Amino acid sequence: MMDAINNWINGLDATQQFLLFSGVKILGVFAVLMTCVAYAVWVERKVAAAIQDRVGPNRAGPFGLLQPACDGIKAFLKEDFTPAHVRKAYFWIAPAVAMIPALLTVAVIPFGSNLGAQKMVIADLNVGILYTFGIVSLGVYGIVLAGYAANSKYPFIGGIRSSAQMISYELSMGLSVIPIFLWVGDLNLSQLVLSQTGFVSWLPEALGGVRLPNWLVFQSPMLALSFFIFLVAAFAETNRTPFDLPEAEQELAGGYNVEYSSIKFALFFMGEYAAMITASAMMVTLFFGGWTLPWFGLDQPAQSILGGLLHIGIFFVKVVAFVFTIIWVRWMWPRFRYDQLMDLGWRKFIPLALANIVVTAIWLWWRSQS
Amino acid sequence: MIVERKKLNFWERLYLPAVIGGFKVTLRHFIKVVFKRQPVTMQYPEERWVVPEGYRGAPYLVKDQEGNTKCVSCQLCEFVCPPKAIKIIPPGPAGQLADRPNAEKMPAEFEINMLRCIFCGYCQEVCPEEAIFLQKDWSHVGTNRAEMIYNKEKLLSLGGTHAGTQKWKHKLEEAKEQESFPVKA
Repeated sequence: MMDAINNWINGLDATQQFLLFSGVKILGVFAVLMTCVAYAVWVERKVAAAIQDRVGPNRAGPFGLLQPACDGIKAFLKEDFTPAHVRKAYFWIAPAVAMIPALLTVAVIPFGSNLGAQKMVIADLNVGILYTFGIVSLGVYGIVLAGYAANSKYPFIGGIRSSAQMISYELSMGLSVIPIFLWVGDLNLSQLVLSQTGFVSWLPEALGGVRLPNWLVFQSPMLALSFFIFLVAAFAETNRTPFDLPEAEQELAGGYNVEYSSIKFALFFMGEYAAMITASAMMVTLFFGGWTLPWFGLDQPAQSILGGLLHIGIFFVKVVAFVFTIIWVRWMWPRFRYDQLMDLGWRKFIPLALANIVVTAIWLWWRSQS
Repeated sequence: MIVERKKLNFWERLYLPAVIGGFKVTLRHFIKVVFKRQPVTMQYPEERWVVPEGYRGAPYLVKDQEGNTKCVSCQLCEFVCPPKAIKIIPPGPAGQLADRPNAEKMPAEFEINMLRCIFCGYCQEVCPEEAIFLQKDWSHVGTNRAEMIYNKEKLLSLGGTHAGTQKWKHKLEEAKEQESFPVKA
């Protein structure tokens, strides 16, 4: 059986093989991502419960593990109600537009080294990060369209807040990654991961066994600042607390998705969680070494299938850690006031990110001179 | 009242102390629930609240220590009941006699509508026979309204015996002692 499949694959020409393997990778990543989205909701509910001294979902299956299935079935079976006063075409498009950018971003993220001869990234683009920013900026359209289509005040205010917020923070997000590319000199995310192998060189030998992984966040204070700005901007871009003004349950009764029900509402929800997971994956790739670990030679591309799977596992664990932190923060901090949000974005982070670029550039120039 | 706002120093204005404080508090609660298993919530149908003494739950009729009906159908509770939840049908002149000595009659029927009852305790307070007590039941479930009207049989079986107060036993002893003279102290 395996031989037959091998022969068949070897018989295909290069284009056919590329299509086949890309298709398999897309299916695999999509399946894993959607499962993660479902269980991110479960984790959110469990963590929220634990922080508030409650138990959380525990009736469907052991530890409530079948809760995502129940939620999904419920969302599909509920009446798909379209209010009479909405703008129908936009109303139908908006949930899909909110969902798709989050899925498209995953395409350029290297989620493992390689399995056999295949690189574990769907599209190994040389302009990976530019592509990401192009797609992420589309994310606002789903929410703005939903707010406009709903034709009522709460969604409208939610949509307006969202557009202002996402445009503001996208600037600082874009500016915050420039120091990385000045430092590494490559826009390809796979190359970026390979530049984060081993241990940092600036820690003195006197510390003995204490060594930090050579991840970009540890490589210099400028890059650590970059990470900080990127992290905050990522919270804002994914509409998570403390930047969840578009939703703002208390004041906007849910914001842009008020008029939605059933699976259309669930699509917004899934879009938010998918965006959260992709943002975590971006942070892991850019600042925390992607699929690498400096120990046991795990920072070199895998030679065996097992090693490849291990790399995917390492990447997965790192992403889960980030997702957990993002969820944790939601149950800890209050929301920013709107003027504070704008103030933070335009008057704190953008100048900070610009200064960071200049300082990084000067430092690199000085280092190349000496 | 005017609250003086404290001037924040630079370190505090970075919000970092508040951020760290937030992490500490939430982590403490998270550990308390996840690792020590001490949530404040209760898994209701399986775990139930321990009812404290003196709790005013549903009023039930009680029997005396010999298993006889204590209620003598005086209808004071019916009269005092603010929401008119109690309905008593007395036995009438030719009705059944009481099932115990020293009582002239007992109710032919005694109904409490638990949908109307407000658990005020007036019936318990007014009862000269100490025949009705607010007990600890707080969860009343029925699938229709008729089921929520508790009749005499149901009230007596839920109420159980109340051996603490033996009013008529002492009255009987007193009455017997009145036959003899001088009366003992």
